[in-house]
Amino acid sequence: MALSTASNFAKPDDAFRAIVEAHRGLSDEQSADLDAALVLILANHIGDLDVLNEAIALAKRRMLDASEQQQQQQQQ
Amino acid sequence: MALTKTRFGYRRHPDQDRAGANIADHAIVVVGAGPVGLSLAIDLAQRGQSVVLLDDADRIGEGSRAICFSKRSLEFWDRLGIGQRMVDKGVVWSVGKIFHGEQQLYQFNLLPEQGHKRPAFINLQQFYAEAYLVDRVGELPGIDLRWRNKVTALEPRNDHVALTIQTPDGPYRLNAQYVIACDGARSSLRQMVGAEFAGQVFEDQFLIADVKMTAAFPTERWFWFDPPFHAGRSALLHKQPDDIWRIDLQLNRFADPAIEKLPENVRPRIARMLGHDKFDFEWISLYKFQCRRMNKFIHGRVIFAGDSAHQVSPFGARGANSGLEDAENLAWKLDRVLRGTSPEALLESYHIERSAAADENIRESTRSTDFMAPNSHQEARLRKAVLSLAKETEFGKRMVNGGRLSTPSVYATPLSTADGDSWRGGPRPGASMLDAPVAGERGEPMFLTEAFIKSGTRFTLLEFSNGAAAEVPEGLGAIRIGGDGGLVDSAGLAAARYDAKPGTAYLLRPDGYVAARFRHPTGPVLDAALALASGIN
Repeated sequence: MALSTASNFAKPDDAFRAIVEAHRGLSDEQSADLDAALVLILANHIGDLDVLNEAIALAKRRMLDASEQQQQQQQQ
Repeated sequence: MALTKTRFGYRRHPDQDRAGANIADHAIVVVGAGPVGLSLAIDLAQRGQSVVLLDDADRIGEGSRAICFSKRSLEFWDRLGIGQRMVDKGVVWSVGKIFHGEQQLYQFNLLPEQGHKRPAFINLQQFYAEAYLVDRVGELPGIDLRWRNKVTALEPRNDHVALTIQTPDGPYRLNAQYVIACDGARSSLRQMVGAEFAGQVFEDQFLIADVKMTAAFPTERWFWFDPPFHAGRSALLHKQPDDIWRIDLQLNRFADPAIEKLPENVRPRIARMLGHDKFDFEWISLYKFQCRRMNKFIHGRVIFAGDSAHQVSPFGARGANSGLEDAENLAWKLDRVLRGTSPEALLESYHIERSAAADENIRESTRSTDFMAPNSHQEARLRKAVLSLAKETEFGKRMVNGGRLSTPSVYATPLSTADGDSWRGGPRPGASMLDAPVAGERGEPMFLTEAFIKSGTRFTLLEFSNGAAAEVPEGLGAIRIGGDGGLVDSAGLAAARYDAKPGTAYLLRPDGYVAARFRHPTGPVLDAALALASGIN
């Protein structure tokens, strides 16, 4: 099984909203705790190490892109 | 301290009077009379080899040190004739419990099924194990154990190694065809061959205290994260023989070892843990650990085994047990090479199999250590999430890592013949044999591991009968289950554990690992599998 990056929710806004609302009213520290638990719960639900690794790679690629952009902006 | 401190006298050996062209030649010199060197020497001697075993001290080391000996190690020691003595003295256990704060998160059983000769683990102070091994050495004429003999120089030659050895009477020299370095984590032989020993050092410090007390705790391994008596850190409690309890407390990385080790500073910590202070100290030690291994376990005619070749953190009982697995892996190979029944290339499989096992042990113990002592805020956060999820979810419990205990490695090795038939279970090639209860000719109960010893601890065909016995290549031992004169598998456990049908046969190596298996073996395929497993190709 490969990581699915197609849009899987009938209403993606609802999913995004659910996650946003879970964080409402939390401090950054509490939010980070929540995310850590959420990642572990969802990772276990997926239960496929290849998919997990692909997801990690995708998430990390966003971070690299972001830091490259930042560097370019600083150089300009 | 009431330790069994066994001292051994230095005795001058005639080799010490020989010099120049007249110096003694030996086939095998084992350096280091710890559990690994002693076990290796015994195995080799039982196979008919003469072994010179050198140790720079004159007594068995102090402190309990290694305490958990695995089922696999006990099965090896059974083959060396000392398993029962170890088990009789040791504390048998198979259950571990993990606590977080005051609450039990979960428990595990390392050997939940019946029908094995040996338990998952025994706890036994290393000095007892060494004392019993030394006794066994004394029964074997093939081993020449020389105390206070310290190797100070090593010169590799094409067909031997020249050793210089320091003794109370001064130095002497001897030649060895093979030198096996079992001289521990600070191996001087490793330095003499110029090998690197790089790896990861963990900054967190751990305090080990062996305390003597009578207590009603069960004989289980108890591990705490963040216990009320040792806030924010981990703790381990484990029973040893003689009413000795091993207590392991994580300290912070800046703790001063000299101060932390003082009994007056250790006492209040332990008293908080036990809720009383009616105990005496047997041994206190403070340590940091390292996970590392040599790139190559074989340097010409110098071969490294045990801690000299690899070091792990103690959580998981992977130090002494993996060293013993090195010994059982090397002994039969070295024996065959010296006899000329296998080419020298067979030894390379020792490095292939045991360095991969070392990598596995390092990986497992590093993960446990990182879980106990997280390296960053985010790692600590993830651990906190796992511990809290473990209270209500099965997957959370399984992620809690308070040490993954040693199990035998499965070797990906050139000695194995790949499965050609279809199997739904049973030990695959490269895995160690499984035990099962059977009955002998006269109905006497016994175990498969005992049948293996009776067949001579050599290449052995384990056959599930299908009419006439299979044709067994010359020199091969045979264990037959079912049929005329075969062992009786009345509970059907042997057949179940080996996924056996009539005719199924497993080719076992002399160390009890599976080399090949067949549904219906023929002479030619057995010959080929035997040649491959012997390093002949």
